[in-house]
Formats: sequence, C-alpha cells, structure tokens
Amino acid sequence: MSARDKVIGAIRAGLGARGDEPGRRGQVRARLERSPHGLIPARARQTKPELIAQFARMLEAQTAVVRTVENLKALPQAIAEQLAAFNLPARLRHGDDPVIAGLDWEGTMIERETGPAIGTDAISLSRASLAASETGTLILTSGADNPSTLNFLPDTHFVVLLAENLHGSYEEAWDALRTTYGRGAMPRTVNFVSGPSATADIEHTLVRGAHGPRRLAVFVVLNGQPTRRKN
Amino acid sequence: MQPTSHSFKQNASAALIDADLQRALGHARGGFSTKRAMARDLLPEFDALCEQAKQIKDHTIAHLDLYLEAYEQKVIETGGQVHWATTAEDARQIILGICKEAGAKLVTKGKSMVAEEISLNGALEGAGYEVAETDLGEYIIQIRNEAPSHIIAPAVHLNRDQVEADFRRVHKHLPEGRSLTEPTELVSEARGILREKFLAADVGITGANFIIAETGTSVIVTNEGNGDLTQLLPRIHIVLTTIEKVVPTLSDVSAILRVLARSATGQEISMYTTFSTGPRRPGDPDGPEEYHVVLLDNGRTEMIGSDFQDMLRCIRCGSCMNHCPVYSAVGGHSYGWVYPGPMGAVLTPQLIGVHEAGSLPNASTFCGRCEAVCPMKIPLPKMMRHWREREYDAGDSPWLQRMAIRGWSYAAKRPKLYRFFANAAMGVMGEWGKARGNFRWLPLAGAWLKYRDLPAPPGRTFQSQWKSELKRRRIEAEMQELGL
Repeated sequence: MSARDKVIGAIRAGLGARGDEPGRRGQVRARLERSPHGLIPARARQTKPELIAQFARMLEAQTAVVRTVENLKALPQAIAEQLAAFNLPARLRHGDDPVIAGLDWEGTMIERETGPAIGTDAISLSRASLAASETGTLILTSGADNPSTLNFLPDTHFVVLLAENLHGSYEEAWDALRTTYGRGAMPRTVNFVSGPSATADIEHTLVRGAHGPRRLAVFVVLNGQPTRRKN
Repeated sequence: MQPTSHSFKQNASAALIDADLQRALGHARGGFSTKRAMARDLLPEFDALCEQAKQIKDHTIAHLDLYLEAYEQKVIETGGQVHWATTAEDARQIILGICKEAGAKLVTKGKSMVAEEISLNGALEGAGYEVAETDLGEYIIQIRNEAPSHIIAPAVHLNRDQVEADFRRVHKHLPEGRSLTEPTELVSEARGILREKFLAADVGITGANFIIAETGTSVIVTNEGNGDLTQLLPRIHIVLTTIEKVVPTLSDVSAILRVLARSATGQEISMYTTFSTGPRRPGDPDGPEEYHVVLLDNGRTEMIGSDFQDMLRCIRCGSCMNHCPVYSAVGGHSYGWVYPGPMGAVLTPQLIGVHEAGSLPNASTFCGRCEAVCPMKIPLPKMMRHWREREYDAGDSPWLQRMAIRGWSYAAKRPKLYRFFANAAMGVMGEWGKARGNFRWLPLAGAWLKYRDLPAPPGRTFQSQWKSELKRRRIEAEMQELGL
C-alpha cells in the first residue's frame, strides 16, 4: 500500500467516511468552485478615497513611505524625488512591466536596468498588480514584468500601484486576480508585502531590513491612464 | 531530537534558577500579550473572525481526504510533485533523495517546526550537506546547537549579549574590534552572512502555514523575508508540511490570515505572506525549476475521530504559550521537545507518546487563558485532562498521587463517608489554625505553602453551616408565626 493510500485510508477510517459519498463530494466541489466570501471586516468596505487613505496609513505605520501622484506623467519625477530624499543614487532595476516601461523617464536622470534582481542591486522598482487596503498590503505577482527577486534582494524597494487596482479586502483582490488568471489558477508567486523586512528575534527589539528591503516606498497613481510618450 | 519531556520537573527547576533565561523571559514577558490585545481591539470583528476560522478548519477536517486529493491534483497540474510520507523517517528519506538527485551541497531553510519535528537538520548534515537556517532566531540557535524554545520566536530564551558572544565565536573572519552592542548591528551581520548562503544554495526547504486545495498553493508567512529568498533563489524548492495544513480556498486562507498574525505577534498582518504555486513557468526570469511538496502524517490521522481531533485546527500562532503562566516562568526548553506551552502539552504526548511526555499535560494550572486566547478555540485544558486520564490509565503517574486519587475517588462516591471526613478535617484544621488565622505549613503541602499561606477554615463545612442556617431560619419563621 502506498503512503498516499495509507494516509487517505487512515483519514477515512477516523472520519467514518468512504470518500465516494455524493453529499461530501458535492460540498467540497461547490466550495472549491465558488470560493465563497466569509465575513469581510467593515474597514475593507469604504469609499475609494477612504480605502486609499487607510492603505497609506497602514503602510506608513510600518515605516514605509507612501506618495500619491495624480497620473503616470508625474510618476518619474516623484520617483526621482524619493531617491533624492533617501539620499540614494539615481539607478534602479525593474522588469518588463508595460506601465513602468511606458513612463516618460527623460529628464529624471535615472539610470535603469531591466530583468530579475541580482545580489548587488541597491534599488528596485515593481508594479503591484493589486493591493488590499485593510492591512496596507501590496500584492505583487511573478513573471517577466515584475520578477519576484525585485521584491526581496535590493536594499530599497519602490512599488507603483494604480489606484484602480486597490481593493478593500484580500477576497476582492483574489476575485480580480481570478479574472486575469482564471478560476483555480495562480501566478507562480504571489507576494503580499505589508512593509519593509523586519525581525524582533533579538530581545523583542524591532529591527528593519532583516533579509529583505530595509526601505519601502509606495507610489499610488490616482489616474492610471497611460500618457503619450514624448518623442 | 532526543526528547527530555519526561524530566519536565527537573528541567523546570533548573530553568527557574537560570539567571540568563529568566532575564530573557523578562524581555518577552507581556510583550506579545499586550500587542495581541491591541490588535484585537483595532478590529471589531475579531471574535467573529475567530469563530469563522474555527468553522473553516472544522469543515476542512471533516472533508480532509477530499481536500487533500483536490490539492494534490492541483499541484501536479501546475508542474509540482507531491510526496506522501506517513512517518518522520519517510519524510527524511524523501528529502534526502531529492537533495541527492539534485547533487546539492548547500541547503537553505526557512523556519519550519515540522522540520524540527522530524529532526531534518541532523539527517541532512549526517548525509554530508551543509544546512543554513535563515530565520534569524533559527540561525542563532543553529550556531548554538540548540532547539527552538518558542514556535514563532525560536531564540526568545536568549539575550543580546549571548548572541553577540556566539557571533564572535562563529564569525571568526570578521574584525575582532567590531561593535555588536545594538540589535541592529547583530541583524546586519547575520544579513550579510546569510545573503551569501541564499545566493549559493542548491535547495531551499520551507514549511507552509497553509496549503490551498483550490489552487495547489503553499503559503508562508514571515517578517524577515528569509523564507522568500529560501524558496525563490535555489534551483529546487521543497515544501515540508503536514496534512492538517490544507484549507479549501483563497477566501478561506484570507479569513484565517486575519486572525493569525494578530494572535501571534499582535501585528495586523506579517510583513510578507507568500503564495507559491508550482515551479518556474515559461518566460519566468526567476523562481525554482523544481517544486516538491512533502506531505507528512506523523501521527495526525490518529487524532481524527479521537478526543484530540480539535487540536488539528491549530495554526501555530503561539498565542497559548504567550499567555501561559507556566511557559513564561520556565521557558520552552523545559518542555523537552519541539512544541512547548499548552499546545505542546497536548500535541507532544500524541507525537512521541504519553509515556515520554505525560508530565507536560500536568504542567498546567488550568487557568484557561490558553483556550481563551486561542483563535481556533481549541479546548486545550480539556485535552490536557484527557491526557492526564490516559497517563493514569497507563500507570505512568507517581504512586503516591495514584493512591491519593484512588482514596479520594472512593470517598467522593460515598457522600456520608465524604461528609464524615470533611467534617473531621474542618474541625481539626479550624481548631488548629484558630490562633494564627492561617497555615504556613501542612503535611503533604510543604512545597505549596512555601510561597503562600492557606487561610484556616472556620471549623465547619459549608454543608453543615448551610444546614444550621436553614434550621435557624425555620425556627425564626415559626417564632414569627407565633408572634414571638
């Protein structure tokens, strides 16, 4: 008997079940197909401006910097200003994300490299596919557009979020992801990021930058309509 | 790991006079419980969310066979492999096999209590692999050759100066004169050392806080980001987890996440929650090329349908130990194996036997805080009582205790006899303690009375006082009726 058969058999013996009961199977299938929402906290059910304000407040409580910009045209300048505010060199790495690639970088003097992060990168820039306001959580999905290594290897992580992708709850964000990837399917990696890396393993003292980024800056773009690039 | 749970009493006595340990426990004391209370207050729906989380887990356990089958199918569909293991030895052999096949040299690990449970590091090192723990707390105890003393804060039993001494002892290549007096400096040094391990590792092993049947996904929750670098950078990612970690859907995992961090560290959410589904896909510039899940039973199926089934709801938040007066006095190592505190007192006898671990369910005052703060509403004290009964039935409890329980049980079933003894004892003690009003010493209770006094009883039992009071009232009523 295989280990699998032993384990499944022991579970069925303990439950007094056979595994072919239509009622049990039906319940399981229905839940997997519908993924019904449970209780969603009231804080996740607010107007968009309130959700944005809550999202920023939660992230700032975790020492992240949150900047709001009107549109994509204003974004490169905001990123350049933040690099200067952190006293960092104007050099960063990002993936193939069309929103980031489509920005008008001219005039910012920022040097850019593309591709997954390597150990020596100091600053990365990603776009979060989604976010959940209830805990100030960015939701980043893997792939060539936004390689997951950008989220963890560099010392400083900059993240762009289009306000239209901000939801109240995790469940609403998953629903949005399902419309992109299909039901029951996921990107290879989904990262919930709710602040810079932290540890309190030494005497309960909170220290930032344990293994992941020490600094996190988030740029919320209120109007995510693409702007025409200058020629 | 060789358990020392049978010597809990000796372990605890030593812990109470261990100055370093008591200093470290002092740093932690109250911290987690205050933060949890604050997080709970910030979310009005918290109690309702706990009830919902409990229901999700109960539903899942009642359909565990079907959800595990659905989960397995999804992992395979997304290009991963599932390895079922009934025992700790099976799980070790599977992991050794994968590492051998990969020609691995260096293995990085994210924090995993299941890996502790199966003594994975010893097995890997025995087979010649270099193993690097990457969670800061786990790294510290690894270089000290110790076991974790807490399920979410493995090095909570240590002080900063002890960690400094260990770093100076082990990181010999760094300048001797460097400053390591601040926690930030220690964290920074560990970051530098472990960064090299992350980049050089061939295999990364993590646990899973949850596995999701809907999508075939494994979930890890960390604050450091170490688990992410462990599973993202090496060519092979192995998830070592146990069967009760499965939840049906992304909605269900979201619901449980709302109570996990709040109960554990008092955070609204941990800094990183990561969902991994299968290996690297076409066009992916990073991620592991192989994705293996080792799905372990190790005694859990025996809990289904038993007095201990509710324990399978446990999400390993550590809230029970953070609020336990026994744990916070003696620390986690006293419990002598992998899982300490109230949840350990219930789980350990199941996993290594009541004969070895029978002392643990006895190490409780039954104050009930553990159950009150458990987000999964696990009736921990009730289950400790079940273990005490089993220990008694197995003949493992001490002779004097057995005789006392047997004698008491004989009298308690015979009300007249019980009252006779009770009246006699109250009379004697009342007379004896009248002068001082309390006792500083009594036979068989020397240890208990060493730190506290026992108030002397009034000389009569409650029942006999009740009887006289009834009689008095009756006489009073009769006299009133007679107009006297």
